Amino acid sequence: MVWSWIPQNIGQIGQITAQNAYLGIVSALIGLAISVPLGIACVRWRLLYPPVLSVANAFYAIPTLALFVVLIAYTGLSDATVIITLTLFSLCVLIPNVVDGLRSVPEPVRQAATAMGFGQLRRLMQVELPVAVPIIIAGLRVATISSISLASLGQLIGVSSLGYFFIDGLQRDFPTEIFVGIAMVIVLALAADLVLIAIRRLLTPWQRRRTRPEAVAVLVAGQAVPHVGAGVP
Amino acid sequence: MNFLRFAWTWLTSSQQWHGGDTIPIRMVEHIGYSALALLIATLIALPLGVAIGHTGRGAYAIVSLTNIWRAIPTLGLLIIMVVWIGFSPLTWLIPLVALAIPPILVNAYEGVLVVDPDLTDAARGMGMTEWQVLRQIEIPVAMPLIVLGLRTAAIFIVATANIAAEIGIGGLGRFIIDGLASNDYGQVAGGGALVVVLALAVQVLFVGVRRLLVPVGLRVAGRS
Repeated sequence: MVWSWIPQNIGQIGQITAQNAYLGIVSALIGLAISVPLGIACVRWRLLYPPVLSVANAFYAIPTLALFVVLIAYTGLSDATVIITLTLFSLCVLIPNVVDGLRSVPEPVRQAATAMGFGQLRRLMQVELPVAVPIIIAGLRVATISSISLASLGQLIGVSSLGYFFIDGLQRDFPTEIFVGIAMVIVLALAADLVLIAIRRLLTPWQRRRTRPEAVAVLVAGQAVPHVGAGVP
Repeated sequence: MNFLRFAWTWLTSSQQWHGGDTIPIRMVEHIGYSALALLIATLIALPLGVAIGHTGRGAYAIVSLTNIWRAIPTLGLLIIMVVWIGFSPLTWLIPLVALAIPPILVNAYEGVLVVDPDLTDAARGMGMTEWQVLRQIEIPVAMPLIVLGLRTAAIFIVATANIAAEIGIGGLGRFIIDGLASNDYGQVAGGGALVVVLALAVQVLFVGVRRLLVPVGLRVAGRS
């Protein structure tokens, strides 16, 4: 470990880390923007859900590198190739979580909203989506962490990301650089995770007032994510 | 440019099928690496996960492990191994096994943990030993999740084996990495198509494994 390499190259480290963060976070957010309306549609029209879920799950098994390769034919060696790939992967975690989240709204809560005179749209925006927030954010956490980590593979097709330090470190036989790359991916992923946890707390203030057993139940429900990542290398 | 046309042209030319370093050889290599890594990971993670689920200890450590697992950049892990220990079978085998352990471990653990306590209490009440409870009740009931963990690990390994071509092993990733290095998009597309076919084949294989291993009475409950 050559510690002095780090301050000497701090500018480059920061720049490449920011680029990697951009690829991962933008992908997860586009995935969310697609999943929320699609998930709402799947809850409303039940027949839509099984085919949508099958397609999303089929994407999960496709290796990142293979999808990059397919997309190169259309979007070239560009950021778009990486972002489209990671977005498609995020759907396999995000869509089921949006649907599970909306379905987790207790029937009495729904009926109370209707009895108070809420129309369908207002009930969705002010009651159902807020109640679904913990489960949706649990999915977004998995999608974001996976996307940030997988974005480093962009370097294999020449898209600037933290993978640069791995490949450059290998060519120069310089472990420090590789370690810095690995550490920055993990730090970036954990930082994004903490931000998402904070957002969930801000959006669901009622959860903190709960008595403990209920809070634990919500926590468990909130992490009802299958133990998979969003996409594979 | 059209992906399918490039892939098709490359896949159907005969030099890809006859001689050394051809598609059949790369495919066998890829399946061989993946099967070996999955076998070792299963031998380590499955007994450990079942044991932790049975005793209920170490839950926090396991959940943290899966969170970190998702964040680990596989390419970085493979490359640091090369710099550390040079090129040997262990260079790719250690990361592949290490990355396959968390999904198997966590699903086996959770599968056993969530078995209805009434069920295990009844079994103990009938005079079953702890070993019998584990073998005849907990493991069969946990089977849907155990198979899900094995499937996740298998998909992960097969995908990661492509990336390992970057550090010089064989397998289908060779076509993609070499094709990118020599600007031969036909080869890249053909390799990519083969990788997709193999990934889907693994999915189908595990539908079969599920049918074989999951008890009939549990098939509806354990949708995966």
